[in-house]
Amino acid sequence: MTNHYIDLKNSDVILIMGSNAAEHHPLAFKWIMRAKDAGARVIHVDPRYTRTSARCDYHVPIRSGTDIAFLGGMIKYIIEGNKFFRDYVVNYTNASFLVNPDFSFEDGLFSGYDAQKRSYNKETWTFQKDGNGIPLKDPTLKHPQCVFQLLKQHYSRYTLDKVSSITGVSKENLLKVYEEYSATGAPDKAGTECYALGWTHHTSGSQNIRTMSIIQLLLGNMGIAGGGINALRGEPNVQGSTDHCILYGNLPGYLKMPTASLATLEQYLTKNTPTSSDPQSANYYQNYPNFFVSWLKSLYGDAATPENGFGYSWLPKLEDGKHYSQLHLFDRMYEGAIKGLFAYGTDPAVSSPNTKKTRKALEKLDWLVCANIFDNETASFWFGPGVDPKQVKTEVFLLPAAATMEKEGSQSNSGRWVQWKYKAVTPPGDAISCGDIQIRMMDAIKALYAKEGGPSAEPILNLKWNYKDIDGNMDVLKVSKQINGYWEADVEVTENGAKKIMNKGGLVPTFGMLRSDGTTSCGNWIMSGSFGADGENKMARRGKEDPTGLGLYPNWSFVWPVNRRIIYNRASCDINGKPYNPKRNILEWKDGKWVGDVPDGPWPPMADKEKGKYPFIMKVDGVASLFGPAMAEGPFPEHYEPLEGPLAKNPLSSQLINPTIELFSSDLDQVANASDKFPYVCTTYSCTEHWCSGALTRWQAWLLEMQPELYVEISEELARELEIANGSKVKVSSARGEAACIAMVTKRFKPFTIEGRTVHQVGLPFNYGWLYPEDGSDSTNFLTPTVGDANTFCPEYKAFMVNVTRR
Amino acid sequence: MKKTEYIKLIDTTKCTACRGCQVACKQWNEMPAMRTRNFGSYQNPPDLQWNTWTLIRFQEHVDKNGDFKWLFRKDGCMHCTEAACIKVCPSGALYHTEYGTVGINQKLCIGCKACISACPFDIPRFNQQTEKIYKCDLCYDRLKDGQQPACALSCPTGAITVGEREAMIDKAYGRLDQLEGKGIVYGDKFVGGTHVMYILSEDPAVYDKLPVKPRIPASVILWKNLFKPFTLIGMGAVAGMAALHYLIKGPHEVHENKEGDE
Repeated sequence: MTNHYIDLKNSDVILIMGSNAAEHHPLAFKWIMRAKDAGARVIHVDPRYTRTSARCDYHVPIRSGTDIAFLGGMIKYIIEGNKFFRDYVVNYTNASFLVNPDFSFEDGLFSGYDAQKRSYNKETWTFQKDGNGIPLKDPTLKHPQCVFQLLKQHYSRYTLDKVSSITGVSKENLLKVYEEYSATGAPDKAGTECYALGWTHHTSGSQNIRTMSIIQLLLGNMGIAGGGINALRGEPNVQGSTDHCILYGNLPGYLKMPTASLATLEQYLTKNTPTSSDPQSANYYQNYPNFFVSWLKSLYGDAATPENGFGYSWLPKLEDGKHYSQLHLFDRMYEGAIKGLFAYGTDPAVSSPNTKKTRKALEKLDWLVCANIFDNETASFWFGPGVDPKQVKTEVFLLPAAATMEKEGSQSNSGRWVQWKYKAVTPPGDAISCGDIQIRMMDAIKALYAKEGGPSAEPILNLKWNYKDIDGNMDVLKVSKQINGYWEADVEVTENGAKKIMNKGGLVPTFGMLRSDGTTSCGNWIMSGSFGADGENKMARRGKEDPTGLGLYPNWSFVWPVNRRIIYNRASCDINGKPYNPKRNILEWKDGKWVGDVPDGPWPPMADKEKGKYPFIMKVDGVASLFGPAMAEGPFPEHYEPLEGPLAKNPLSSQLINPTIELFSSDLDQVANASDKFPYVCTTYSCTEHWCSGALTRWQAWLLEMQPELYVEISEELARELEIANGSKVKVSSARGEAACIAMVTKRFKPFTIEGRTVHQVGLPFNYGWLYPEDGSDSTNFLTPTVGDANTFCPEYKAFMVNVTRR
Repeated sequence: MKKTEYIKLIDTTKCTACRGCQVACKQWNEMPAMRTRNFGSYQNPPDLQWNTWTLIRFQEHVDKNGDFKWLFRKDGCMHCTEAACIKVCPSGALYHTEYGTVGINQKLCIGCKACISACPFDIPRFNQQTEKIYKCDLCYDRLKDGQQPACALSCPTGAITVGEREAMIDKAYGRLDQLEGKGIVYGDKFVGGTHVMYILSEDPAVYDKLPVKPRIPASVILWKNLFKPFTLIGMGAVAGMAALHYLIKGPHEVHENKEGDE
């Protein structure tokens, strides 16, 4: 979240799209209810009427996988209806920047497309620059090559008729949402967007969010109380795990995983450290070397020296152009190229797409190590349905892990609040925390390498590994302090104008002090400051003071970065530092300093041409990107159909599907687009009563009692057509597999009219597996395809085609 | 002893049907779960059971304007002031607590089921194994300890709140003002006022299993006035009552889900 949960109460209009907030964030939802009680409008756009819809002002049904069309129509409405916040757009976005004249967009493709590689050469996706290397701008926004005009032109094609025909949303409903939401373009109004897996689980996932970001920037909703783009992440500690690099392309704190062609530290740093010629751009990522070298120091300690590039050569490298997502992992495993797998706290035999392929892939492993609080379908795959244990060579280890309440540590919520929690009870039996499992395993590996040596011994032997308490167990405070960072030498620093010596071994108080010369170590730069120099664990703070009255609670827990509650908060003020909305004042430039939330940097507002900085300090140009060349698909989001959809032709262009998604081609990667055999759009989701694959909750009798078995929700219209009775047994099938389930016939799904014909949509939860309950059916993911977003490879769980039959 | 009467206010306009209350109730009262089947609804178990004292009812409804609504109603004991169950209970197992709620002392329950037919809200449930009646007691033990009932504690949106009677009635009508008339207060106008009240978004007649004008059955009044004074004499009166009940109301309707199922 750019903002945080409590801040939702400050909003005037809340658009919930790509999320079922009430069902999956039941506690957070109370802040949405508070906003509603205070007069906010709450709108739910979703294929299905859910428990969230029931509490919103109204629900707008939309065909799965067409969000960009819906939002593209809103961009057109905002620009052509002059609903945008001009002051904000001109000063705080790249709307005025002039784009390379060779940049083009034609029939669904941007300039530079390579059909063979299914990717773009982005050399024309650039700005025109003056002699000093500063982008050329037209603040009147009239230049035909400026971003604003190109944006306007791009979305001029997203007419009401076209959008309605693609999405299945009536024109009346489109206009209703567009009008109400774009009213937040007024300086004293705030609109926020809540999304979750309903947006990310698509081949266009990242661009769904980009499209909304463009809307939020046009309306001046970023950086303000009650605004922002808010990913509702959840119970699985998604926020904390991504902060600490669960994604293959990341290192802690979203630093980049090195690739093989970047052979030296210098090459790596040059590639990843942006430069700006504009003196008013803070370009905060110019500090990248400080963060990265400090991270290497945390990894290798004294063994990391300037002479050996701080151990850069010991890091594993990605092959250039290769990807290592879960989709690729199981694809390679299915090919037989992977020997072993650690699956901790996860149940891919249920939760990964294309279950048949996933389970077959597990059979190709030599060994599999699972650590969980219960057995699950992954650890037990070798005796699952249709599997002959005698034919499976994989040796499986199931390690009993401690549950969350059985260990101390930090948990990060969606609002980036990192909250310390204490151990409530001791884990039962032989169960230990996953951290302790890692500690013991690495101890053993290090001992083996010390004794026997081997290839790549240096990174193992040089790994700093002093995280144990006197009993030999993981000391979570030691780990957390290393994540925060230490001084590795006595260093003189200047603080508030005074010189001061920071002693070796002391905690680094903030990432602004991290250095690239090896005198600091830090396991995750964004977490630097989670401890004070005096040793205070700020994550454990529980102060309830609310000085702004807007629910920032600055003394409750630690929030990255540097306890900033609302990111990009300098954009809540005009160029002189006066709040656009004095009623919701989170920050103000007063008497030569910022007062309120922790600002995005101490510099004066940008009207001060000498010392002032632009507000979006993490962006190289200092402003937010309406034109976003970092994306795989193009700088402006474009609607493409899902890999499997009901249409043979994209109504907007000749490009049916996202031209940059990777297509997998094993014998188990069958696809059936616009096929009579699989005529219904299908989507998948979770339910309140279960948690993800259900691997934890299905064992809980009270939860299972409420949602006992797999069901498919289908409209009354489709049920009539197929003569399916409510509560009867049915089978849902796709080109890849099938799922036996119970029909839940409901008014909450309605048929869509798409390109002039009726299209039905159905949906299933993915909370069930064969292991338990024995009669609750198996994985829904037998139906889903192995395909993902072109930027993140987040799988497409939300739009594909199925058939439904009686059984 | 001066009574402090408590009321539990269930604001259906704030309920997200997360069913935290349904689980919290089972957890606090240590009630087991049943192995249910999906019967085409989120609602499960399908009805109140001896081991399910509170249940979220899910109901799909199209209103007069043609607008679709998904209604959620937390069902359970209403804790009547003029409580039919207490009036018919021959053993004193059902009684009014100092909070005005209807408590249950299972040790005294003789399993006569008189309360089942008397209750205008169809709440009490019989367990065939223990041969006793079960129902919500508004967490009497928690109230005694100065704590709110488990369901209210678990509610994330503030749809379930508990407080002193007058304050809660004021709160209920205050909420109506906030809803600009799009709501109905249910519970204060019959059976002497219930100690569970609803804010409903629709007319009461719309809701499944919610009586529009709940009242004590005539048989109960008859029973109370004619027979109850003699109950202490012996169990014969219980049989008498049952016979009378049979004459007036006919055979007891068996609940769809058999009592005692686990």
